[in-house]
Amino acid sequence: MTVTVTLTKQPELYLEADQITPDVFAGKTLDEIGAIFISEGKVKYPLSEFATIEGAAGETAADTKIVLKGDWTKVKRIGQQMTAGEIVIESDADMYIGGWMKGGKLTVNGNVDSFCGIAMAGGELVVNGNAQNHVGSAYRGDWRGMTGGTLRVKGNVGNDIGTFMRGGTIIVEGDAFIHVLTHGEGGTIIVKGNIEGRVGGQAVKGDVYVNGKIDFMMPGFAYVDDVECEVDGETAVYAHYIGDLGERHSVVKGETVFSNLYLKK
Amino acid sequence: MTEYIIKNGSVIDPTQGINAQKMDICIKDGKIVDSVSGNAKVIDAAGKTVMAGGVDIHSHVAGPKVDSGRLFRPEDKLFRSPMRKSNLRMEMGFSVPSVAKTGYDYARMGFSYVVEAAMPPLEASHVHEEIRDTPIIDESAMPVMANNWFLLEYFKNHEIENAGAYASWILNATRGFALKCVNPGGTEAWGWGLNCVTINDPVPYFDITPAEIVKGLIETNEYLQLPHSVHVHANNLGNPGNYTTTLDTLKLVEGYAPKSAFGRDQVMHHTHLQFHCYGGDSFKSSSFESKSKEVMDYVNKTKNLTIDTGNVTLDETTTMTADGPFEYHLTHLNHLKWTNVDVELETAAGVVPFVYDPKTYIAGAQWAIGLELALFAQDKERCFITTDHPNAGPFWRYPRVYKWLLSAKARNDVIENELKYGDKVVDTTYIGELSDKEISLYELAQMTRSGVAKALGVSHMYGSLKTGMAANVAIYDIDPENLPSDPEQYEKAFTNSFAFFKDGVLAVENNEVVNYRMPKKTVWVNSIVPENKQVERDIRDKFLKAYTVDLENYAVFDEHVHNPYAIKVDITQ
Repeated sequence: MTVTVTLTKQPELYLEADQITPDVFAGKTLDEIGAIFISEGKVKYPLSEFATIEGAAGETAADTKIVLKGDWTKVKRIGQQMTAGEIVIESDADMYIGGWMKGGKLTVNGNVDSFCGIAMAGGELVVNGNAQNHVGSAYRGDWRGMTGGTLRVKGNVGNDIGTFMRGGTIIVEGDAFIHVLTHGEGGTIIVKGNIEGRVGGQAVKGDVYVNGKIDFMMPGFAYVDDVECEVDGETAVYAHYIGDLGERHSVVKGETVFSNLYLKK
Repeated sequence: MTEYIIKNGSVIDPTQGINAQKMDICIKDGKIVDSVSGNAKVIDAAGKTVMAGGVDIHSHVAGPKVDSGRLFRPEDKLFRSPMRKSNLRMEMGFSVPSVAKTGYDYARMGFSYVVEAAMPPLEASHVHEEIRDTPIIDESAMPVMANNWFLLEYFKNHEIENAGAYASWILNATRGFALKCVNPGGTEAWGWGLNCVTINDPVPYFDITPAEIVKGLIETNEYLQLPHSVHVHANNLGNPGNYTTTLDTLKLVEGYAPKSAFGRDQVMHHTHLQFHCYGGDSFKSSSFESKSKEVMDYVNKTKNLTIDTGNVTLDETTTMTADGPFEYHLTHLNHLKWTNVDVELETAAGVVPFVYDPKTYIAGAQWAIGLELALFAQDKERCFITTDHPNAGPFWRYPRVYKWLLSAKARNDVIENELKYGDKVVDTTYIGELSDKEISLYELAQMTRSGVAKALGVSHMYGSLKTGMAANVAIYDIDPENLPSDPEQYEKAFTNSFAFFKDGVLAVENNEVVNYRMPKKTVWVNSIVPENKQVERDIRDKFLKAYTVDLENYAVFDEHVHNPYAIKVDITQ
């Protein structure tokens, strides 16, 4: 079952749309969905104030698909904490898209601002354009970052990618700026383009694959050997580094656990 | 002014020996009176418990380290900052709540007076600014004194009159309430990268021991005849095997008698004792054990001691203490973020987040030890319930601690269902031995009202429903004649009082905060001592040579102190 929400009026400030999730929409009539609140600053409005709503929601989140049409560039927090179902955003969107997502699929056919997929725990988030900073990062201050799910950005990303990551996968098909897997404690980050630097700083676990160049390597990473890896469906030879050697590292079954950095040869 | 009559409640007031007696409480002009006119507003408290407003002897609710905790833990507010209710200020945070939430939550629990546990003298103005912004509750703050260069030098030379003159000056300059002692000598040693883990470890440069510092503080406190005794957080906090240090510290009270006109019987209050009752030599269940019984045996037979518990509530929280070396030690145990600050000649502080995870053995054991202290205490007028907020848990969890003490069933339920290593906890602590022990509501009132007020020397102001007292009255949805079979009811009732009067004004009505704009007081001790030229010169000298601030800019300005209420203690008379 699909609900199509078309944004017909642009807000003066930015809108916070953490109620736009299949979990909230499921089991509701179109009128009830229209009455769901959306905040502009400290003022709450019904969603119908800014959008027209068509179609029908499913009984559960899992069989509810939400298609967002119109220009959602000034809307934050779409799909926040969603657990199932699907959202497709047919434009750019603002910050915190798919934050704390636990399941389901969220596709953005445009660019997103910062904090997309932060502290994500499950599901699939696909951004078909570029993303800004803090992609799949931890909430600021928190030491518990992304724990699961897959986050794919087809374009470029900014800085602080996968900070404090513990699990899941982030795939960046373009370039990244700085701070990738900083404080990493698990998970996998694949960057198919280039990174300026600061990859794996203070990481104690977790893997980074880089197909392009890293302009400035962290001094805490040391070359170990060359290995053949399959990365996002393609096999190639990578130079294998371990780090961050300046950090504590746990020992599991007699083997010291490191963060691994694989640089395509 | 409005008159009220609280009708038909079951009144519990240990200061008058009233135990669940059906009687009316009358309020007029902010005071408890014998009778009111027919125009008085009636509050029907039938089937409910009526107690004096609660008193908290030890809680970190205002000042620079609380703010550090707030600033460096934005995640503490994540998803915990609901839009504000129309009549209240916004409430935020979990373990380090915003000032508004702090005031409201204490009012919801029916507390009227809270003592901020550690005020760095140099930062006193910040403490008072936050006190001003915390609604409803009356507050005091205790300046931290056990690592102060002036006092270390006076104690070294056994100059108690000079120490007294200086301590008196600090109380007046900071609008402080009592002398706080945190890791005596150890925090100063931390400035040298060291610590003091027994009462005989020498402090670098000053060549004095923690034992000499604590005894010096007791003597200074009694010389000044202060309302409260010295308030001690002993050396070696949180380390396995530390109970011997604790016993050594407690034994320093032997031979001392209180000298105060404010009714207290103790010469030392030992705070958050839970952190100080550990046996063994590691945190593993094969070694770690509770020594609460050994410590409480001593406390029970030593009449000039009071304690508070420091109960672990099994939450994610934020530790913050002037025990700088301890926080450094802690960040190396849990690898979480850490802040640390040195406060010039006076003290230091550190902040580290901490998760008391019921899936770990050690959190379960700490949880058990805190409860054991309260259950072992024979004289409930000398043992008070705290969580050392926020170190062992947030203060708004007190009702959960009450539940665990009032109901053996609730306690055993945690051991069986919430703790992953409940069996090991039972094996290594005394909690199993106490499995059917419960406290009564009367004892709870002693541990949260009458006893606390007496130990603080403020029983003329708080903790009692006697005629003439300020009308701080809490009404809870608990019927002492028909106690709830479901222990959750205790937690619910004490978390959200049915009604709470602060100085005769309804702050909470029908379980909702309805007013937070009533005047609140900052209670401080105005200590007056004979003129002491030497100390005056020493102060000028140290400010010239060592402080980063000028002496004239050091003392808090009057406008910093919100609605001050001075308790005057003049030893020159």
